[in-house]
Amino acid sequence: MIQHLPILQVIIPLLAAPICFILKEARLVRWFVLIANVMAFVVSIMLLQQVNLHGTLVYSLGGWEAPIGIEYRVDELNAYLMILVTSISTITIMAAGSSLTKEMAESRQTYFYIAYLLCLTGLLGILATGDAFNVFVFLEISSLASYTMIAMGNDRRSLWASYQYLIMGTIGATFILIGIGLMYMMTGTLNMHDLAERLPEVEQTKTVFTAFAFFLVGVCLKLALFPLHLWLPNAYAYAPSIATVFLAATSTKVAIYVLLRFIFSVFGFEFSFTHMPLTEILVSLGLVGVIAASVVAIYQTNIKRLFAYSSVSQIGYMILGIGIGTKTGLTATMLHLFNHALMKSAVFLALAGLVYRVGSVNIKAFAGLGKQMPWTMAAIVVGGLSLIGMPLTVGFISKWYLILALLESNLWPVAVLVLIGSLLAIAYIWRLVEVAYFKPALQNNQSYKEAPLAILIPAWIFVIANIYFGIDTSFTVGLSERTADLLFGVAK
Amino acid sequence: MSGAINNGLSNELSSEIANQMMTQEALMQWIILLPLLAIPGILLFHKQQNLREAATLIVGALLLFAVIAFYQSFDAGQGAYVHWWELLPGLDIAFRAEPLGVLFSLVAGSLWLVTSIYSIGYMRGHGEGNQTRFYFFFAIAITGVMGLAFADNLFTLFVFYEILTLSTYPLVTHAGTDKARHGGRIYLSILLVTSILFFLFAVIGTWTETGDLTFTAGGVFDDSTSKVVASVLLALFVFGIGKAAVMPFHRWLPAAMVAPTPVSALLHAVAVVKAGVFSIMKVCVYIFGIDLLAELPITDWLLYIATAGVLLASLVAMRQDNLKKRLAYSTVSQLGYITIGALLATQSGVLGGSFHIVAHAFGKITLFFCAGAIMVAAHKTEISDMRGLGKTMPLTMIAFFIGSMSIIGLPPAAGMWSKWYLLMGTLEAEQVAVMIVLMISSLLNIAYLLPIPLRAFFDGERSVVSIRRDEIKEAPWPSLLALSITAIMTLVFFFWPQPFYGLAQSLATIAGGAHG
Repeated sequence: MIQHLPILQVIIPLLAAPICFILKEARLVRWFVLIANVMAFVVSIMLLQQVNLHGTLVYSLGGWEAPIGIEYRVDELNAYLMILVTSISTITIMAAGSSLTKEMAESRQTYFYIAYLLCLTGLLGILATGDAFNVFVFLEISSLASYTMIAMGNDRRSLWASYQYLIMGTIGATFILIGIGLMYMMTGTLNMHDLAERLPEVEQTKTVFTAFAFFLVGVCLKLALFPLHLWLPNAYAYAPSIATVFLAATSTKVAIYVLLRFIFSVFGFEFSFTHMPLTEILVSLGLVGVIAASVVAIYQTNIKRLFAYSSVSQIGYMILGIGIGTKTGLTATMLHLFNHALMKSAVFLALAGLVYRVGSVNIKAFAGLGKQMPWTMAAIVVGGLSLIGMPLTVGFISKWYLILALLESNLWPVAVLVLIGSLLAIAYIWRLVEVAYFKPALQNNQSYKEAPLAILIPAWIFVIANIYFGIDTSFTVGLSERTADLLFGVAK
Repeated sequence: MSGAINNGLSNELSSEIANQMMTQEALMQWIILLPLLAIPGILLFHKQQNLREAATLIVGALLLFAVIAFYQSFDAGQGAYVHWWELLPGLDIAFRAEPLGVLFSLVAGSLWLVTSIYSIGYMRGHGEGNQTRFYFFFAIAITGVMGLAFADNLFTLFVFYEILTLSTYPLVTHAGTDKARHGGRIYLSILLVTSILFFLFAVIGTWTETGDLTFTAGGVFDDSTSKVVASVLLALFVFGIGKAAVMPFHRWLPAAMVAPTPVSALLHAVAVVKAGVFSIMKVCVYIFGIDLLAELPITDWLLYIATAGVLLASLVAMRQDNLKKRLAYSTVSQLGYITIGALLATQSGVLGGSFHIVAHAFGKITLFFCAGAIMVAAHKTEISDMRGLGKTMPLTMIAFFIGSMSIIGLPPAAGMWSKWYLLMGTLEAEQVAVMIVLMISSLLNIAYLLPIPLRAFFDGERSVVSIRRDEIKEAPWPSLLALSITAIMTLVFFFWPQPFYGLAQSLATIAGGAHG
């Protein structure tokens, strides 16, 4: 049992998805999905324990050894991210019941849950696998499931958003496939471990350069790095609230994992940062992303879109951390990966509660809500403060490390721009705060009640996590530093 | 001589008592957390006004008792160090008692109680809404102040600095009107922009440069730090600590005057602004050390900027007809004195500057209390409407007169001592220009403060107050009580400056200790 954990992690949601078809009844499905999620979460915790005990776990699928068969490889990095993904998925699903009931017909809910589980399968598969082609397959599974989820939003524009994402996502996937194909052409293997060993022999060839370029662009499309982010704002804004929470918190993070895995473990630090101008590319794009997306966020009237643009800018911070190419920088990225997931889950879940009561996320609808829905609004405000990077929230921790990394590398002008980025965050958060707390409720608005507890409690779990991990940082900082070590190939 | 012995004995006695009850460490933590204890009471009794205010008053009284007990055993030589937890590797949330922090905690602790008494009269007399929220955030702000006062390192100080900024925002915008929102926006944006863009940057810069953020006598920088880097960091600190309202980052202070008067009084004459100059003083003495400060080329420039700010703010204050606005600009100018004291990099400067934290706090809070009392009782906000008001509000106007004297620096008010030492500091540092400006500014203080009480008493013929002369109509008694207490304290500290003077003196000794 224990040695099968890596595959169990992926198989549980994968098998749970078709079972939902059999169950049919939305209420049953809801509980079943929750149980499947909890099981996946437990497995991920056991995996981290196993990794801590035995080091990297290697699992050969179907008993076929690596070069021929597919191999799953779990080290501290992916074990950490699996916990992140499964825990967020589990807490989100707790809120799904009431939020979905409001947003879609009961007959469609089962399909939503199936798409949700398949998306989870894809994400966990990407994390678990040690096979480059397998990464592509799971990426497609999760992407297709996301297109479906987004299209199920009750706004007609959600179809358009889904279609936009489909086109962009497919281009990205194709680029990734081309990249992997070229790598295979040069090395004759798809196993990432083997690739890492064989690539150095041929790394000075144009084919490998091209493979790297294709792969990089493809992944950056998936993780919505500015200026390849165009699909993201609409997708987040018009998807069902629960889908937004899940996608915002996990899918871009997993794409960043893929990026990290390939540039550090497969191509290797040497190749990526010395033969390729990765620092220049990532730092400049990350920085432009931080500033540009924050500025655009200030002018949004749809609050889900506002926070979607904020996500693009936060992704910029993570990319920036990678681009610095030092251990501290990577630690900052890993921290922000975790922390940003917490912030956005809190904010988008609170917005889900708001949609439940108010039915709109237009900024005008927020007038007077500070009084009428104090707990929901407080969740958004705390999440917002965390985005700004206030002390005692998680945002401060990741920002601290990022600035530290930049100053260590003497990139102080970049550090100044990063701080300006958090000032822009104040601008877009405070616009919301002022409307919610100072504008009197509109005349024709009836008085809104607080969001239902089923949504409020999960949202506040994330809010408290935002504060808790901002105060007790030993878990996140320790793990981030160890994974950064791991990626830099430093022995533990 | 016998008095000193007596004093020593009673100190020993009280520290013994304190020892029996709790250790100095525990007491320090209580001081930081006590204000939070009022919150359950405030929330529980949000319907019963009297009980709710009782919660604030009881905790306020306990806090006052605690800071005094703490001071006494500190004075008897008992230090305290508490380590809460390590937030990031090497960066602790930790607290330590040192003279300046004890001084600041004494000021804030005693004035919180007085302000709470005042608030009861004001908030009810003025019919303000949302009073529960008001007392709630007020308590959080005081915790922020206490944490800041005892911070053992720059990191802890920064954390509490930001808590203070955020917790006072709802107080500034209490009225909830468009004007309040606008003022709040200026308040928050200036304080956050400066603190994130400059202050945080300087903190992280210091950390990368030295790897040590603990407040250390003589500073944390060693010879390996280049003068240029240190200069840039100093400038970032001085401008980044926006609460000190160094021009051009002073505009939040007048903007924050939309707040209810008790908020303006405690937070914008005492807690928030003093937190700013307190931080600057801490940075100058414990991060840079006055020796390094005196060597840096930029110190002089910052000194001139602060000096220019003193003069300009005084000139602007003269042109204000709105009493609270005038007091706000006067605060900007007086804060400049303290910043100057820190930047002079001499022992007298440090002494005068830190004593001015106290003197200005008691003087200015009296003036604000009076402004609020006038607003509640006579509904006047403009100075030109206050002629002849001395006939109807004699006590208030007498208190205003005493407060003004302290701000100007006339005996017998506490402000005289700080101005005295500041001027000595300018002489020691051979900054004659600064000295001249400080004296001119004091003259300007006379010009914009004293006419208010004088006209109130002696300009009765042209009185615009249409009440019968012999009719006395003062503010509600809690407010009156509060402003009398602070006015009397202002006088008392002229004759008996000892507790604060002693603390300021030991800070100056620590600062000068590096001289050897």
